[in-house]
Amino acid sequence: MSDKETYGKAWEGGDKPYESSYGKLMMWFFLITDTLTFSAFLAAYGFSRFKFEDVWPIAEEVFTHFPFLNGEHPLLFVALMTFILIMSSVTMVLAVNFGHKMQKNKVILWLSLTIVGGIMFLGSQAWEWGHFIHGDKGGVETNIEYTVHIAEGEKLSSVYKLMDIDKYSDANENPLKYFALEDLTSEMKEGFDVQNIKSLIEKLEEKPAFNIRKANRTYLSNEESINYIKENATKVVVGANLVDNEYGHRLFADYFFFITGFHGFHVFSGVILLIIILINTIKGTYEKRGHYEMVEKVGLYWHFVDLVWVFVFTFFYLV
Amino acid sequence: MSDNQHNGNWWIWKVFWILLGLTTFEVLLGMFKPAFLVNTIFLGTKLLNHVFIILTIIKAAYIVLIFMHLGFEKKSLKWTILLPALVLVPYLLFIILSEGVHAYIIL
Repeated sequence: MSDKETYGKAWEGGDKPYESSYGKLMMWFFLITDTLTFSAFLAAYGFSRFKFEDVWPIAEEVFTHFPFLNGEHPLLFVALMTFILIMSSVTMVLAVNFGHKMQKNKVILWLSLTIVGGIMFLGSQAWEWGHFIHGDKGGVETNIEYTVHIAEGEKLSSVYKLMDIDKYSDANENPLKYFALEDLTSEMKEGFDVQNIKSLIEKLEEKPAFNIRKANRTYLSNEESINYIKENATKVVVGANLVDNEYGHRLFADYFFFITGFHGFHVFSGVILLIIILINTIKGTYEKRGHYEMVEKVGLYWHFVDLVWVFVFTFFYLV
Repeated sequence: MSDNQHNGNWWIWKVFWILLGLTTFEVLLGMFKPAFLVNTIFLGTKLLNHVFIILTIIKAAYIVLIFMHLGFEKKSLKWTILLPALVLVPYLLFIILSEGVHAYIIL
């Protein structure tokens, strides 16, 4: 067929169906594979959540804190993180846009601001992780169910409040944080667990206002709680890691670390790429080349990172 | 690429305000949880969750079509990118989530 016949056909690209450069095309294909990877992670999260529907932790009870503010502010911090990432997406489009117009200094300005946004996001995520790992209210692990929580009546309380321990004290004064001590044998760890459960029971007997909230969010009376702990409790947990976490089902923490970690790694790689193209822009590489397509390609990746976060935000924090 | 899209920056800020507005709306819904949306169950989950998912898809569409410029590419490229995602992701979700419900029932 001649050019004349194919012109305007083949989905409008004619003899060059995609009318896009090699680099941009390959970036798009990479992003498709990455889309499927993240979809698989979020689908796996959904699977576990549906499977353990009754005992799955509620995100609003887990992520409740905001730096320098007291009290409970569910959603606020993660909303700020979303805002930072959307903002850095906007500065990225602006950089790409000024690249089309060959305005080097404006590209430098907006690329720099995008890098600042990316670093701010990473910092926020580090704070969020730190808070998640150190824990908030503590929980009690049981051998029949999942982690249960301390409550006062129908209101969630904390193990620190029940056991009169300063949450911010270190491992030497805080028996709940024994894992931070050095050279612990497994027998010593078991000893700590037994001792912690014992003092938990004593405190529950001492303070009748406190009771247990089971993983399915039903409340026991003080007396029922004591029996429940005596029969089923294995250890008091504070904070979270891949093996046990105070928030509830252990898979929740695993998915949290894995999905937000993988996304954070994408953001980190994105910041590195942005720094590289910023240096190239300053050196005038793209000016010499005659086009800023590299900025466009990294921009595609950066927007994709924002796109993934939009979904993580919805399925991890909102739904 | 369509040249009229590149006159000025107003269209970038327009999308920014849309994304910001939708996110703020989501956060407010998540904080105040209107009783009507929480108590109405539709297709196995709260109506509120459907609202969240629809708003998320709208946001995703703006990011992909405008910010990532896919809306202005050739039709062939657009569908090469969109179709695998639009077919495979819902398929994957359908299979895995219905398995999850099944796993809940048999346990």
